[in-house]
Amino acid sequence: METFIHQVVAGIATGGVYASLALALVMIYQSTHHINFAQGEIAMFATYMAWTLINAGVSYWLAFTCTILLAFALGVLIQRIIIRPVENAPVLNIVVVFIGLLVILNSIAGWVFTYTIKAFPSPFPKEPPFGLHFISSHELGSIGVTLVLLLMLYGFFKFTPLGLAMRAAAQNPDSSRLVGIRVGWMLALGWGLAAAIGSVAGMMIAPVVFLEPNMMSGILLYAFAAALVGGIDSPGGAVLGGFIVGILENILGAYVIGTELKLSVALVLIIVVLTIKPAGLFGKVIVSRV
Amino acid sequence: MSSNLPSHEKTIPWIWLVLGLLGACALPFFITNYHVFQVSMVLTYAIALVGLNILIGYSGQISLGHGAFLAIGAYTSAILMDKADMPYWITIPIAAAVCLVVGFLFGLPALRLEGHYLALATFALAVSLPQLLKFKHLEFLTGGVQGIVIMKPEAPWETLFGLKLNSDRWLYFFTLAVTVVMFMIGWNLIRGRVGRALIAIRDQPIAAASMGINTPLYKSLAFGVSAMFTGVAGALSAILVAFVAPDSFTVFLSITLMVGMVVGGVTSLPGALYGALFIQFIPNIADQISKAAPWAIYGVMLILFMYTMPTGIAGLLRLIGQKLRPTHP
Repeated sequence: METFIHQVVAGIATGGVYASLALALVMIYQSTHHINFAQGEIAMFATYMAWTLINAGVSYWLAFTCTILLAFALGVLIQRIIIRPVENAPVLNIVVVFIGLLVILNSIAGWVFTYTIKAFPSPFPKEPPFGLHFISSHELGSIGVTLVLLLMLYGFFKFTPLGLAMRAAAQNPDSSRLVGIRVGWMLALGWGLAAAIGSVAGMMIAPVVFLEPNMMSGILLYAFAAALVGGIDSPGGAVLGGFIVGILENILGAYVIGTELKLSVALVLIIVVLTIKPAGLFGKVIVSRV
Repeated sequence: MSSNLPSHEKTIPWIWLVLGLLGACALPFFITNYHVFQVSMVLTYAIALVGLNILIGYSGQISLGHGAFLAIGAYTSAILMDKADMPYWITIPIAAAVCLVVGFLFGLPALRLEGHYLALATFALAVSLPQLLKFKHLEFLTGGVQGIVIMKPEAPWETLFGLKLNSDRWLYFFTLAVTVVMFMIGWNLIRGRVGRALIAIRDQPIAAASMGINTPLYKSLAFGVSAMFTGVAGALSAILVAFVAPDSFTVFLSITLMVGMVVGGVTSLPGALYGALFIQFIPNIADQISKAAPWAIYGVMLILFMYTMPTGIAGLLRLIGQKLRPTHP
């Protein structure tokens, strides 16, 4: 029983990471209807920035904060420079540009930081918290960080004028422009926020999977699955989807199919959701007029 | 899909085609064996790119997972040669048939998906496939992480018209013959009834359906045929390299195919050849700078081509051809 509880708790911990990345995907999807294939690589790149800072002697939490700000800037820059010219292009062009971005970030990371696996420190103590032995401090800490992040985002979108403007720009760009919202910049801000959230996810998962340029491909897949399970246009659904996928992955990995086929779980989940219930648990069912 | 894509190819200048084929037949006697092998690989990539072109260019369905079909073709061929002791040339039609079926079946759920979602599902396929190939309960077939080593086929004759033939040269001619056949199949498919139906579905799905085109059938068929081309390419590459392993079929292979198609030219058969040349030779040159450099160049190329010439090299050549030709009165 105790191992079962531990599996569930570990699932919640990694689920939190999936939830954050899924949230980043949903944010970009909501405002532009694009699925950002480069989201994982942006998070990976940000994690390398944090690693560089920590190795230069900066304390963990300072490096953590700096990385979030840097990732934010990176996201805004990418949107302004690379994504904007193809905003209204056909789907194929946009997908190709995203893939190009994925490849560029991946190879620059490989070029600058080499492909050798690096250990990434966890800010949380090594011994289990409060003498509990079904949860490690890092797991508890990363659940905590995820929850704080989600609360802050909720507050931002719900209670600040900027958050309101961003929601308006995503929902109805034309009317927003008429009331004086700079829609282009709201999109850039969305990209920045998504990159920042992704960077937190990267820093939380890096101590578990170790740091290397390809560390995010599997995690991105789970984040996709999470976003789809919850509904790709529902932020709350993405978060719940993240936890569901995290727990499912751990339970299935431990008891049913073993760890070797974990990625196939994500594939099957994606295909099943897309074919049976494309809107996900909480997404809006889209009816298109013929 | 964009409407700036050409709806059909111009007639090919036959004289160039014949000269090209003659040149291709003479080529292996003038270059080293390693280069012969490289050119054979170019041909296999070209076949795969024709397949990808039929799917993405002509039927407008985006796949980021064609490396998976390449893997299925390669493994089918390798397993049949290794476990069933089949001669290499029989394995190619079998690999084609297997991929046709698998592709068609994958195309069925893919019918419900469009654009980004289809890209996503196929991306997931490409990411998760190596893990499946390494799976220990399939190891008796796939050889697990180690992969399968197969015998490189020998040339059936010592000489050909008085010219010395060796394994590499023979396989080159074999590959060339398969390539010519596959290009002819592709060419006939595209300019015939099927091709027109696919283009109609891509540009005006609703109008196409109301004209009586069986949209779901044609879309799944496009997936199957595209997978079949890619499977043939996979089988050929397995025979050429004489080795298959899960790690040669990562998601980056699928992205490589994507790069080849974008650079060569979407919706263009000759473009498949240009794209294949690009993905075979550019990484070799870039490798001298850094191990990561080929991918950096790939990425930059992807974005640059999408900005400046979405129709790729083939589109550029077509444009130059139009500029050079005297304008019609």
